[in-house]
Amino acid sequence: MSYFCGKYPIIERKTLAKGIYSMLADAPELADEAQPGQFANIGVAGFTLRRPISLCEIDKENGTLRFVFEVRGKGTAELSRYVEGESLDILGPLGNGFRIPEGKKIIVVGGGIGTPPLLEIARRTTSLCTAILGFRDYSRIILKDEFEEYCAKTILCTDDGSVGVHGMVTTPLAEELKTGEYALVCACGPEPMLKAVIKTCEENGVPCQVSLEQRMGCGVGACVVCSCMTVRNGQEFYSRVCKDGPVFNAEEVKFGG
Amino acid sequence: MVDLSVRIAGVEFPNPVIAASGTYGNGECYTDLYPLSKLGGVSCKGMTIEPKLGNPPPRIAETYSGILNSVGLQNIGVHGFIEYYLPTLKEEGNVIIANVAGAVIDDYIAAAEALDASDIDMIELNISCPNVKQGGASWGVSCEGAAAVTAAVRRATKKPLIVKLTPNVTDITSIAKAVEAEGADCISLINTLLGMRIDINSRRPILKNNMGGLSGPAVFPVAVRMVWQCFNAVKIPIIGMGGIATWEDAIEMMLAGATAIQMGTAIFTDPYAPLKVIEGIEEYMDKNGIKSLSEIVGQVKPW
Repeated sequence: MSYFCGKYPIIERKTLAKGIYSMLADAPELADEAQPGQFANIGVAGFTLRRPISLCEIDKENGTLRFVFEVRGKGTAELSRYVEGESLDILGPLGNGFRIPEGKKIIVVGGGIGTPPLLEIARRTTSLCTAILGFRDYSRIILKDEFEEYCAKTILCTDDGSVGVHGMVTTPLAEELKTGEYALVCACGPEPMLKAVIKTCEENGVPCQVSLEQRMGCGVGACVVCSCMTVRNGQEFYSRVCKDGPVFNAEEVKFGG
Repeated sequence: MVDLSVRIAGVEFPNPVIAASGTYGNGECYTDLYPLSKLGGVSCKGMTIEPKLGNPPPRIAETYSGILNSVGLQNIGVHGFIEYYLPTLKEEGNVIIANVAGAVIDDYIAAAEALDASDIDMIELNISCPNVKQGGASWGVSCEGAAAVTAAVRRATKKPLIVKLTPNVTDITSIAKAVEAEGADCISLINTLLGMRIDINSRRPILKNNMGGLSGPAVFPVAVRMVWQCFNAVKIPIIGMGGIATWEDAIEMMLAGATAIQMGTAIFTDPYAPLKVIEGIEEYMDKNGIKSLSEIVGQVKPW
């Protein structure tokens, strides 16, 4: 796996929900290398740090990468103003993505802006994939049509019950896992959701991979700022979210470390 | 043809651009983009005699034209460095500099002794890390502390010795003179300026360590000033750093008194920044009929 750095034209820009944008970049050599769960560190004019954005879709055939991101601060606000015809300053693809077993049924569990990196898994595993997606309310729902198109089953949950299951993603997750049909759960979302998903997976004896977030610097493992506490062979140590992750096996992650 | 090479303490750098410690790993992180041999040298991630866990995250916060970091010297230890990283560094890179930190003087001595027996080209003594509770910058903020560590390490190694200074002092020239007197071959400056940022909603500092070191273009004028002050205070060569992002910045730093320069934070913005700086320096020399960079070092004409 290798990464690239350069300017890649934006060929499509869409608003998916208030403050959530989708951008498609023409970046064939990156699309060739990229794996689901990887990210790119995107430069924004006028800002010292690049913004790590997960890869939402990787289209090798058309040589494109799709990014879906939420405006979180001044940098992502500026990034959201880039339009078709302009270029994205992309460093990527970076990090380790999800490791998907072949020919096995899996579940992807996403919360809010954690859903985009799961879409490429769904696109690749199609009928073997069940998606459980949680959002605050109906107005925050994104990528529903795509997940429904790719997956065998898509279950929506909202915190206020305005669409789908009222409440946490772990309720339908536990029900699905009880069928004993699934080999893996892939999750991305806020920390409380990830903790609950990991617990549910443990209770049902199904392995889980989680994609983590942390304030990031270089994106390539050089500066060691985006650390998360991990445990291996009883040893606790800080891993780099950018280089050792962003996807980790759930049992290795120690939240709040 | 212009000659980009510079010489410091008998060590020849093919060009004056060095990757700054803590921003370039141990040289392994950017080789997808260009070979390590393009840089004049690499100052490796700050190392301690024993492995160090570092501070809890978040460890980085963006600022106007810069960043704060509070890594806290996470590293695999000097012996791990020598075993895992040094062979590749020596094979692929030019000048390899080991940045060494410690809590007590014996830590510095043990690290220097281990490195003395290795293939490392130079040692950069880090008495300026603002992010560790013990040691670190506490050695670099007094003439006595700086002199004591320098003297001890000087006795422990024959390797060319750079001492990296902290800007968080009242008078940096007195520290520079103190380490020169104890046998430093070179000084490098500036390390980061101690800073802080607060999330106004949670009322929590963004960094888990509360405070951290400021770097990036925001600190550049402070760095230029301090390099110029030190150039007028000591005879040993200076490696200038602090916010250098463009070739113009590099030339400015050299005019202030730097024989070579280090780049760090700018690499996060643009990984190719060091190569652009090298090209820019070459063109500037060509255009201005400068044959050797020694012609411009310290050549600012103060009012």
